[in-house]
Amino acid sequence: MKARQLRNHLAGYAFISPFVIGFLAFTLIPICASLVLSFTDYDLFSPPRWVGLDNFRKLFFQDNKYWKSVRVTLTYVLFAVPLRLVFALLVAMVLNVQVRGVGVYRTLIYLPSIIGGSVAVAIMWRNLFGDQGIINLGLIFLGFDPVRWFGNPTAALWMLILLAVWQFGSSMLIFLAGLKNIPVTYYEAASVDGAGPLRRFFRITLPLLSPVILFNLIMQTISAFITFIPAYIITKGEGGPLDGTLLYSLYLFRQGFVYYHMGEASAMAWILLVVVALLTALLFATSRFWVYYESKGGA
Amino acid sequence: MPGKTLRKSLIYHSCVAVFTVLMLYPVIWLLMSSFKPSNLIFVTADSLVPEPWIWDNYTIGWQGIGGYTFGTFIQNTFVIVALATVGAVLSSAFIAFGFARMQFFGRNFWFAIMMGTLMLPYEVVMVPQYILFSKLGWVNTILPIVVPAWFGQAFFIFLIMQFIRTIPAELDEAAIIDGCGRFRLFPRIILPLTAPALATATIFSFYWRWEDLLGPLLYLNRPKQYTVSLALKMFLDNETISNWGAMFAMSVASLVPVLVLFFLAQKYIVEGISTSGLKA
Repeated sequence: MKARQLRNHLAGYAFISPFVIGFLAFTLIPICASLVLSFTDYDLFSPPRWVGLDNFRKLFFQDNKYWKSVRVTLTYVLFAVPLRLVFALLVAMVLNVQVRGVGVYRTLIYLPSIIGGSVAVAIMWRNLFGDQGIINLGLIFLGFDPVRWFGNPTAALWMLILLAVWQFGSSMLIFLAGLKNIPVTYYEAASVDGAGPLRRFFRITLPLLSPVILFNLIMQTISAFITFIPAYIITKGEGGPLDGTLLYSLYLFRQGFVYYHMGEASAMAWILLVVVALLTALLFATSRFWVYYESKGGA
Repeated sequence: MPGKTLRKSLIYHSCVAVFTVLMLYPVIWLLMSSFKPSNLIFVTADSLVPEPWIWDNYTIGWQGIGGYTFGTFIQNTFVIVALATVGAVLSSAFIAFGFARMQFFGRNFWFAIMMGTLMLPYEVVMVPQYILFSKLGWVNTILPIVVPAWFGQAFFIFLIMQFIRTIPAELDEAAIIDGCGRFRLFPRIILPLTAPALATATIFSFYWRWEDLLGPLLYLNRPKQYTVSLALKMFLDNETISNWGAMFAMSVASLVPVLVLFFLAQKYIVEGISTSGLKA
């Protein structure tokens, strides 16, 4: 009997062994190595030199670019994620109807999410916002002044935020699936009791969707924190103008693979890891105030 | 009454259709611009109709960079995509079976770790992985991009696990009573039944690998090895020659496999996202 149990355990480990090995070799050991490297001065070619907390001190107290990239990234996350989720929810609600052909809209609106991460789309976006691009033509047509998107750090960052918002499709699909799970009877009962559309939205839709919203919020926040391709392509790897689009992962990449400051890049990676972990924990911690789980009851 | 519903449906459709066209307008603009002469792309940016309609951008763009045509870049990309996708999907299915059907000591611990890697930013391991692979002499090969895929990918493991859970456990028991061992149970019984989840995983893996820039940017430095994404990036760096037409044309060409797959397989994509509730 005991031998059989042991065999069961071993069989389990046999099946997950690729993951365990891959995790150790490509994730855990590299992460530990990067912690050690973050206390060294290392350029890939000469051996690492121990410098203690110097890298962190440099980043925190001497490197204006570092704080600039932190500010740019926080602005990006703070606008791109909520805007994307709000758009996703609004459009999901509009498309959550039993109408013929609605599937076609759903598919086509999701399309930008599929291609949005590609270099091709980043190149396209870059040209849409050019001085003579279609966006400026549209602004002039609507009676606004054209914007020099590549000349102004704030405008350039908004160009990236808009690219992220444009890809609200995958969140929209997840919200649509969530909306379909809400029983129609809830809305009918609420209508009978005299609840208007706004009240139904805030009292039924939002609470019942909140677990899905929490999950999306966490995943989208993490993916926004590590956005790389758009910033890298749209500004040709520089993060300009005036570092206005120097997203954190772009600066990390430049530290590591343009300047070969592997120590500072490792320090930046560890700060990112800690911040993302804390933020995720924080979002989970606040969730008990706003996420509604049906089984527990109470709103 | 029917008149009123008809009007309502007409208003709904026209509003949603206008919104859909606005969403897709950038892509349509890119496509149509790729048929315009380079010097007219921005002069006639407000018009979608190329006048004259030319194919030169495609023939010029196809010539590629550094003596290698776009055909080479597409071939390079397909090799990486195929090797990484087969590895990621098969290994993930194997691992998912272990998590979903095996009872073993420490299962919850490893499951938690696995879900943690789902949220782990790649940037965190980028530098040490690069050092590791350069010590192994793997720089300028596709190994650093392909090999890690063969050790499972958290998103796919989770996706396939969710699917395996919907297969009744009685099926396993019946197979075992009939003399099917654990290691045959997986390829014979479970793997064929998870085909839809495997299809979804394959499609997503294809997209991510096809569009990946960071991997090729770090590890592939010779024009001979460039992937499509990297070649486009190099095109952009030479933009000063203002051959926008060719760049647009190759951007469109790079999107064609993605779009074809999307329209062929959209059922799996939409269901995959909706059921797993996930997208990294």
